[in-house]
Amino acid sequence: MSKAFRFWGLVPAWALMILTLIVPILIVAGVSVAERGAYGGFNWAFDLSSYRQILYTVGWTDELEFDPKYVLIIGRTLLFAGGATLISLLLALPVAYYISQQSSRLKTILLYLVTLPFWVSMIVRVYAWLIILGNDGLLERIYRIFGGADISGFLFTPGAMITGMVYSYIPLMILPVYASVEKIDPALIEASHDLYGGRWTALKRVILPLAAPGLTAGSILVFVPCLGTVLEPMLLGGGKQLMMGTLIQTQFGGARNWPFGAAIAMVLLILVVLTLLLNARRAGRQMEATL
Amino acid sequence: MSRSSAIEVVNVSKNFGDYTALDHVDFKIFQNEFFTLLGPSGCGKTTLLRMIAGFETPSSGTLLLNGQEIAQMPAHKRRVNTVFQNYALFPHMTLSQNIAFGLKNLGWDKARITARVGQMLEMVHMEQFAQRKPDQLSGGQRQRIALARALAAEPEVLLLDEPLSALDLKLRQAMRDELRALQRDTGITFVFVTHDQEEALDMSDRIAVMGKGRVQQIGSPKEIYEDPTNRFVADFIGDTNFLEGEVILLDGAKATIRTALGAEITTTHQGLTGPGPATMSIRPEKIGVGDQAEGVVLTGTVRARNYMGGFTHYTVQIGEQTLRLSRRNAHSHQDSLEIGAAVQVGFRESDARVLGQ
Ligand SMILES: Nc1ncnc2c1ncn2[C@@H]1O[C@H](COP(=O)(O)OP(=O)(O)OP(=O)(O)O)[C@@H](O)[C@H]1O
Ligand SMILES: [Mg+2]
Repeated sequence: MSKAFRFWGLVPAWALMILTLIVPILIVAGVSVAERGAYGGFNWAFDLSSYRQILYTVGWTDELEFDPKYVLIIGRTLLFAGGATLISLLLALPVAYYISQQSSRLKTILLYLVTLPFWVSMIVRVYAWLIILGNDGLLERIYRIFGGADISGFLFTPGAMITGMVYSYIPLMILPVYASVEKIDPALIEASHDLYGGRWTALKRVILPLAAPGLTAGSILVFVPCLGTVLEPMLLGGGKQLMMGTLIQTQFGGARNWPFGAAIAMVLLILVVLTLLLNARRAGRQMEATL
Repeated sequence: MSRSSAIEVVNVSKNFGDYTALDHVDFKIFQNEFFTLLGPSGCGKTTLLRMIAGFETPSSGTLLLNGQEIAQMPAHKRRVNTVFQNYALFPHMTLSQNIAFGLKNLGWDKARITARVGQMLEMVHMEQFAQRKPDQLSGGQRQRIALARALAAEPEVLLLDEPLSALDLKLRQAMRDELRALQRDTGITFVFVTHDQEEALDMSDRIAVMGKGRVQQIGSPKEIYEDPTNRFVADFIGDTNFLEGEVILLDGAKATIRTALGAEITTTHQGLTGPGPATMSIRPEKIGVGDQAEGVVLTGTVRARNYMGGFTHYTVQIGEQTLRLSRRNAHSHQDSLEIGAAVQVGFRESDARVLGQ
């Protein structure tokens, strides 16, 4: 391959990257340090007040007062996304392991089933949970059939939001976990039993360490979209439990504060990049340790 | 012999669906014995070994380990360790951690584990590699670590499933001697699986020859080579000439058989109940040629010659029958027999065996 071809051959890829990734990020970054327009939108004037607004409110006499409102939202976002990731991980591991133990025909079918939810629009899937969790919904009816008291209020709770997030993103956990679990030589598990280890030992000292790459990849694939998710907090959380995704959405929408929305979006972006960097460093250390 | 048995396999059968992998297998393995399961591919050696380890359960029959029934005991409770065919070393652990794995599970304290791991590494001459990972080792080194790991907890029985098959020829020979020495030094009962008869003859105290899901014969290497009890064993172990014939007289342990060679041969038999069709077996190295022809001497023609270095194999036609024989090349300028030459061949009657069908 000639040098020129290698250069020009990559131009479409670079163009796509620049147009769809770099430029939009630069625009958002620009808007985040712009001045808020009087009737929505923004004026090109350098102004850091949007970032200041994340931590402070301006009091009666123009003094800055610390306001934890948005820090709480960021904290909640991290907490819920982390929770959803952890639950996905705990659920995905046995599922992935179970699939890996099946005949190759059944494996293919089961993996298709895992990805099945992706064939349906995200909004429809989240609405389905509204029906399940809602007032007089499926869950409440089942609860009553088994003699439970008349209860309601599954919906619009953190539990409902996390349930929805786990449901939406768990295939992204199962697939990489499956890929790494499937590669584990069954003889290694037999060897751990042979060497006086029970099931728990096999899981803790053989399966988990060997599945670690898949667990990490899956965790990132779930955690990152959960950080920015909009539908679950809006529909299942009823807007009562704001998360960063919903906050950004309302700033660009109803609140008409584009610079503030952009600033929150930049914070979200930084959180995502931090997650990836932390993981890259950990993976690097692991590589070093094996050498 | 009243040696106590380490393992008793009691009338064990194993079915996979409607396929019978083991068919009423019944034998004992003695304490401190180097015991080999030998047989062609698919005869059920691995299945039997996995059953002793606890990875399979018998469909019927049972297993005893030092007199205790273990057929239903989970693998991790059995004081039995395995050297797996591809070694199954834990790739994410150092060699030390691999060896310590079982000891930790047994609840040994740290100091004792460290001492034991050092001792095992020394035993297999791998001290300087303690902190390496398995993928940084050669096949032979991995083999040694697998051995060290399996022997660390001093199991009552060590199971080895074709541990040498992945090694090259030279290394295999060296490891044979090492394994044998290790067994003698540790005094642990070894159950060794192979389909390589030379390996089995070289290393074992006793061999169980398996075929078609059954134990065909159990005995010392010499017994199964010199006195095979059936045609399967005679055929599988070493090389032999089979001559179909008719037993005309049966007198206690001796049978007289008439074959296409013409001469009537009287020798020990196995498994005959009366006169009738039977097979005579005579091994190539037991047939003399030229001035070494003794016993039953016959005249034939050389049909083929294969020079093998230490030996030359000849095929000699006698009437309708061909016999393969091998002559030791005792001297470097020894004359070889020409193809087409008329030669005298002979063997002692007592070296032939008559086998039932
Ligand atoms: N899990 C299983 N399911 C079905 N059939 C099996 C299973 N395990 C073994 N078999 C069959 O049982 C027979 C004996 O297998 P086994 O592995 O014990 O043979 P082997 O003597 O060890 O052969 P090799 O020398 O090739 O290793 C084979 O025909 C094999 O196909
Ligand atoms: Mg086998």
